[in-house]
This record gives sequence, C-alpha cells and structure tokens, in this order.
Amino acid sequence: MTTPLILAVLVLVAIAIWQLAKIFELSQMGADRANDQIANDSDNKYNGYLLFAFLVFIYGITIFSFAKYGKMLLPISASEHGVDYDRLMWISFAIIFFVQTLTQFLLHYFGYKYRGEKGKKALFYADNDRLEFIWTIIPVITLAALILYGLYSWVNIMDINDEDDPLIVELYAQQFNWTARYGGDDNVLGDASVRLIDINKANVLGLDEGDPNASDDVIVKELHLPVGRKVNFLMRSQDVLHSAYMPHFRAQMNCVPGMVTQFSFTPTVTTEEMRLNPDVIDKVKRTNGLRAQRAAAGDPDSDPWEFDYVLLCNKICGKSHYNMQMKIIVESEEDFNKWLKEQKTFSETVTALP
Amino acid sequence: MDHAAEHHHKETFITKYIFSQDHKMIAKQYLITGLIMGFIGIAMSLLFRMQLAWPGESSVVFKALLGKWAPDGVMDADIYLALVTIHGTIMVFFVLTAGLSGTFSNLLIPLQIGARDMASGFLNMVSYWLFFISCAIMISSLFAEAGPAAAGWTVYPPLSALPQAQPGSGLGMTLWLVSMAIFIASSLLGSLNYIVTVLNLRTKGMTMTRLPLTIWAFFVTAIIGVVSFPVLLSAALLLIMDRSFGTSFFLSDIFIQGEVLHYQGGSPVLYEHLFWFLGHPEVYIVLLPALGITSEVMSTNARKPIFGYRAMIASILGIAFLSTIVWGHHMFISGMNPFLGSVFTFTTLLIAIPSAVKAFNYITTLWKGNLQLNPAMLFSIGLVSTFITGGLTGIILGDSTLDINVHDTYFVVAHFHLVMGISALYGLFAGVYHWFPKLFQGRLMNKNMGYVHFWVTAVASYGVFFPMHFVGMAGVPRRYYQNTAFPMFDELTDVQILMTVFALIAAAAQLVFVYNFIHSIFYGQKGEQNPWKSNTLEWTTPTEHIHGNWPGKIPEVHRWSYDYSKTYEDGSYIIEGQDFVPQHIPLQKNEEELNH
Repeated sequence: MTTPLILAVLVLVAIAIWQLAKIFELSQMGADRANDQIANDSDNKYNGYLLFAFLVFIYGITIFSFAKYGKMLLPISASEHGVDYDRLMWISFAIIFFVQTLTQFLLHYFGYKYRGEKGKKALFYADNDRLEFIWTIIPVITLAALILYGLYSWVNIMDINDEDDPLIVELYAQQFNWTARYGGDDNVLGDASVRLIDINKANVLGLDEGDPNASDDVIVKELHLPVGRKVNFLMRSQDVLHSAYMPHFRAQMNCVPGMVTQFSFTPTVTTEEMRLNPDVIDKVKRTNGLRAQRAAAGDPDSDPWEFDYVLLCNKICGKSHYNMQMKIIVESEEDFNKWLKEQKTFSETVTALP
Repeated sequence: MDHAAEHHHKETFITKYIFSQDHKMIAKQYLITGLIMGFIGIAMSLLFRMQLAWPGESSVVFKALLGKWAPDGVMDADIYLALVTIHGTIMVFFVLTAGLSGTFSNLLIPLQIGARDMASGFLNMVSYWLFFISCAIMISSLFAEAGPAAAGWTVYPPLSALPQAQPGSGLGMTLWLVSMAIFIASSLLGSLNYIVTVLNLRTKGMTMTRLPLTIWAFFVTAIIGVVSFPVLLSAALLLIMDRSFGTSFFLSDIFIQGEVLHYQGGSPVLYEHLFWFLGHPEVYIVLLPALGITSEVMSTNARKPIFGYRAMIASILGIAFLSTIVWGHHMFISGMNPFLGSVFTFTTLLIAIPSAVKAFNYITTLWKGNLQLNPAMLFSIGLVSTFITGGLTGIILGDSTLDINVHDTYFVVAHFHLVMGISALYGLFAGVYHWFPKLFQGRLMNKNMGYVHFWVTAVASYGVFFPMHFVGMAGVPRRYYQNTAFPMFDELTDVQILMTVFALIAAAAQLVFVYNFIHSIFYGQKGEQNPWKSNTLEWTTPTEHIHGNWPGKIPEVHRWSYDYSKTYEDGSYIIEGQDFVPQHIPLQKNEEELNH
C-alpha cells in the first residue's frame, strides 16, 4: 500500500522541482548580461558554506550509520581463522576512517576557506617535490604493512592440507539448493561425476557405485559440523556457478562446474553457544519484534526466528538465487558422531539395479 | 593555407547532423545518445531499488512498465535479474565509456591540441554509428520474448551460456553478445583515432609536457582500451561459439534439467580471466577521463595551476600500467590457485599509491586558490570526495583475505558505485557544465539549476551508497531478488527503504539537469568567448561551430595550460589585469616558462 503512496509523492515532488525550475528560469528573463550564469561572489559564498555543511553531513551520516546499523553487522566470528580476519578488518577500517576523516576535511574545508572573491589573488603553487614524496611514501609504507599482514593470513587460510585429521565434506551445488556429503566411517569420499547421475536410482550426486569408498558416504540436506575439528570442504556444482558463502565463519568459495574447489576452516562456536551470545540475543530480539509486527499484519511468513548458521549462494545462479540456502549446525563431537550414525548411507539409499 | 575556405561547400541536413564527420557534431551525438541511455539505466535502477525496499509488493509502476514481467503488479524474479544486468551493462559501457569518453575525447582532443579535426573523420563517424547500432540492439533485447540477458553484467557462463539455466540466456543473451561485439568495434575505432590524433596532430609548440591533463587522460584511456577491449571481444566470441556451435571453451561436466550436456574440458574460470582482463581496466577507462576533466575544471576554477602536473601524468601512466595486471582481484575465490591471489593482492594494493597521489594533488590544488564555485567546479570537488570515500574501501576488497567475506556482497556494490559510478558521472556532469558553451554555440547552462542539481545529487548519492556498506558488512549478497528468505536480514529492511528513497530523490534531481540541458540548448544565456577565463586552446575558437575549428591559422602554443595567477617576482600578473595566460600567448619579457 505504501508503494503507490510514496511513488505518488515522489512524482509530485519531481513535477514540483520541474515547475520551480521553470519559474526560476522565467524570473531570470530580461537580464542578459553575458556573465549571468557564471559564479559571482555571492554564489561562491553560499556554495562555500554549503561545502562546509556537506562535510558535516558526511561526518553525520558516518556517525548515524555506525550508531544505527553498526549493531546489524555480523556477530563475532565462529571460526578459528575468522578471529584473524576480523582483526585485519578492523585495522583496515581504522586506517580508512582516519584517512577518510582527514582528507574529506581538507577537501571541503579548502573549498569553504578559499572560496573566490573578486580581486583575490590565488597562489601560483605548481609543485613541491618534498610534499609529493611524503604523500607517496606514507601510502607505500601503510599498504606494504597491510599487504604483508593480508598475505600472511591469506596463505594460512588457503593452505588446505590433511594435517590434524580434518573432516572431509563435499558441498554440492545445483539450481537452487545445496547438498552435503560426508565420507562416512572412513572419512573418504567416493568418486563422483555428473555423468553418473541417475535420478531413477536416486543417485543424485553421480556417485560411482563401483567405488568401495562411496558406499558408506552420507548425503544430507543439512550441514552438521563438529566444533573444534578442522573441516576440509570440497565443492562441486552440477550446472552453473554458485558460491558457498558462510558469513559467520568468514568463509566463501565458488562452486565451479567441471572442477572441484576447496576451502577449509575450524568452527569454534557451537550453534547453542552462539545463540547465547549477547549480540545475537539482541539481534534475535529485534528481528522477532519486527516479525511479530508482520504477523500482526497478517503476513504468513513471519514465525519467530531462532538463530542458526546458514550457507548462502553468493554467485548469481538464476531465478531462485535469492533463496538458495542450507542450514549449518555446529555441535559437539559426540553429538555430531551420533547424528552421523543416524543418517542413511549411500548404499542404503541408492536403489538396486532392476 | 586558409583551411576554412575549403569548406564553403553546402552541407545537407544528412551530412551535417546525421552522418557528420565533424568531431564536434560527433561529440554531441555521443553525448545525447549516452544521456538517453543513462536515463534508461537510472530508471531501471529505480525499479529494482523499489523491489528491494518493498519486496513482493504490487505496484502500478511495475504493472505499467514491466507488463507481463509483473503479473498483478508484482515484479518477477527473472526480470529483476535482467534489470540488474542491463542497468550494469548500460551504465558501464554505454554511458560511462562511450557517453563520457566518446563525448569529451571527440570534443576536446582536436580543440585542445590545436587540430582541425580527428585524424580520420570517417572512422570517427563509423565509430559513432556502430555505437548507435549496439545501443539499438541492446535496447531491442529488452523486448526478447523470453526476456533480456539476466546473468549479471559480467555474464559468467554457464549461466549465460545455457538457455536451460534461465530464460534470459536465450535470444536476450545472443543480442547482448552481438551488441557488445559491435560496441567493442566502435570503441576500438574511436580509441585508435584518439591515439593517432594526439600523437600526430598537435599544433606547433604543443609538446607532450604542455598537453592539458584532459588530453593525457583521454590518450592513456584510449591506449588501455586498445589493449584490453579485444580480449573481451574474444571472450564474447568464444561464448557465442559455446552457445551456438557446441564448443566447450567455458563449459564442462554439466547436468541440467535431467540431462547431461556434451560439454567437456572447458572452464568458466577461463571466461572470468578473459572478462576481467578487460573488466578491470574498464574501471579506469571510465574513471581516467573523469579525472582528466576534473584536473582541467579544478585548475581553471581554482585560478591555480594543477598541483604536481608531472606527478599527475606519472600517476595516470602508473594507473594505466597497473590496471592491466590487477584483474585477478575479482577472482580471489573463483577457484583459481591461491598463490595467484597473493600476486593480485600485491598489484591491486599498489594501484592505491598513484590514486592517493592524485587525490592529494587535487586537494592541494584547492589550497590558497580563488575558487570559482561554478556547478562544474562543485561536481569536480564532489568527484574527489566520492573518489576518496569509494576508493578507500578498495583497500578491503583488494586484500584477498578480507575479500573472502565481503566478495559479491553489497559492500562491493557500494564500493564501485562510489568510486567509479558516481565519480565518473560527476566527471561527466562537470564536463557538460564546463564545455556546454563549446558544444552549443556559446550558450551557458543555468547556474542555479546547476547548484540544485549538484547539491541534491551529492546528498542523495551518499544517502544511497554510504549505508549500503553496512548492508554488505551484514552479509547480504548482491543480486538477490529479495532478502526475505533469511530472517537474519529482516532488520535491514529499514536501510533498504532509506536507500531507495534517496535513490528516487537523486533521480528526481536529474530531471532538473534534463530540463536545464534541453532548455539551455535553445534558450541558454550566450556567454563570452572564453567564459571561464581558461587557458586551453578550445576557447580561442569562435563560438559558432565551423569546420576546421579556427577560421584562420591554428594558434601556436608557447606554454603549458596551467598558467593561472602566475606573477612576476614583484607580484604583478604576467598580463596586466588578468589572472590567466592562455597557451597561445608567447612568453613575456623576463618571464620564465614553468611546467612542473
């Protein structure tokens, strides 16, 4: 209901602006000195003040956004490397805010301070090697530090190896859902190829039935992860590009048809623990407040929400891209093992040859 | 030789206004085509912004504009993706590449270097008409039965290659690719012309170190275009082959809609490399001309030389070189070797250095100036502001580690809209306000409407894109038709509404510009020959357009273009009573040539 109303208002505003511009134009007719449309002292003065006001606006919107939206950001990282990630993020942000505050000040303050006046003389100041050296070398040093820190973290994060007995999980993407596959008792995934997919036999991931490693594989629609154990993800896609995005774990990797991509992280916070995090409690409370309002308005899709980790698709993949998701549950090693035991294996689900 | 005398033969309407070979007319054709495309692109963005703010709500606007794509007035998910795709394509290529470079390179290169016209007027005309055809094909794709291309402006295969994957990947995608192939041909013809003209047709005395920074920017932009656009053409051609002739350059192991396809051995990652080999330099193809315009507008209106002229040239060259070796930062998590990611992080963060130098030089240019705050000047200052705000977040996105969690979220959308979208648009507007008298017979645009246009746009565009960073940091992926499928994004609805309202306000402000632009073409105040008291050569030409630009001899150049407020040691201006010394004025007695 609000949409047409707001639209109507905006159309009216647009018409009003158009008409005002016209009136303005008409009121200026008659005067025809050649320099009428060139900034004079009074234009310089008002626009100089406005530049200063704009600086205040930039600072204002920054503070406003942080105060109002800062709490909506992702909660603390739930993975081992995520802690490092968050630290690097905040260091980068600190540098960005320092530079932003300073340079925007100089830019707009100079715009205000040196606004033109008739007869004023500008300074012919074309060069200063020293100044330029300084503001070349400062970014060089700062960026060198950021690059080194970044690369150190990157190498650690992307070093995917079999040390520390990682859990092997396949993430399988297709329009528009996710499937997870575990190696079962032997923690080894059976061979698979899209050419082996046989829907009639319920072999939806194209596992090689002849591969002994495949028979105990577990195929599920909900991703369970044991806390504190490294997980190595192998990712496949059967149709188009997808991207496995797990924002709470600061993890993302594209799923590419024709190749297997990898990512690895160690979850450190169980779902239960995260639900008790004060920030998360606040967020859930705020969200459920909104959902209660929606429910009162008769919106069917507004049940109260309980926090869960989630895997999103983050590479445009078609019509239902916006709803391609899978729930992630991080739990204790015992709970995880118990859950895994309860799942049917591939050999139990695949229908025998007729 | 009196060149103008040669051109007294009669021109027909067709040769003067349609198949013109005169660079000034071609510039106008580019500008008007670019602006029309721009307003189509902006209108599309309003449609999908409305869907994001009020997801799934029925609207008469959708019903009226989208027809069958909005059953009961509710926007369809496929058309949402198509709007996003075509908005991106139009804004990046048709508005900010052709509209910006095409207009101002054409207008200013001959005028500012002192040439009668482009090296090849014929190729120039062909370049425009190829651009026009590609625009027409792109627009016609909107009416394809199954809808226009909808795979995102990067059109990654397999989504873009398989009609089974989404309806937009049928005829709509074919038209998109054909349109882009023609666009690239147009762009290459234009770029070659710019390069040859700058190298060969400079007037006497116009050495490379006396060239205005606008020309440096256009020249280097053209070089980047010639180096990188052909690679996109090859990507488009290979994609056409995969789509229509069954090859497997980008496709392998695909099972879709119940059947295995025959493709084997290709890789979508190869396409990503080819696309971004153009795609990233493209950012600078868009941005450098805007920065070039800013250099000129800022210096003229500050009544000061641009600070660090040689450092500016060095930065342009540095950016140009680095821009061709940073493309991989779009692909940190594409599945390519992580070591390659390290290399691209290194080169990407390096590019921040020349960019920082440019920003600092602009700020210093303002210092102790006598700032004439004309609308063009305000847009230039606005450009530096959004360039800084948007550029700084590049430090996060260029860092492979930090990119992991913000890749393809709204953080990216906020970043590139500020740093290249809004900045380059400001450059375009600054150029239009500043050179309007050169485009349209000495007429000036109305300054007060210009002020309204700038201030509303400036506030509203920060209003759209600043909060957007937070949406991205909260983990909202881009190209989501709606965010209702994730309760964790529920509380961000308010931000979405705020951004959409600001977007609508920003678009309304553009109507002021449209009115001012059209009105001023016919009824604008006639200004003086050199209204901004500028040093560059274009202001020595008569206000009425003539073939060959100068009625008599082409002026000779004796100095760089930044002798504003230059004084003798005793503090008196070089030319009594005038704070600028145009390039064609010979060195005065006891005057030393300075071009830093």
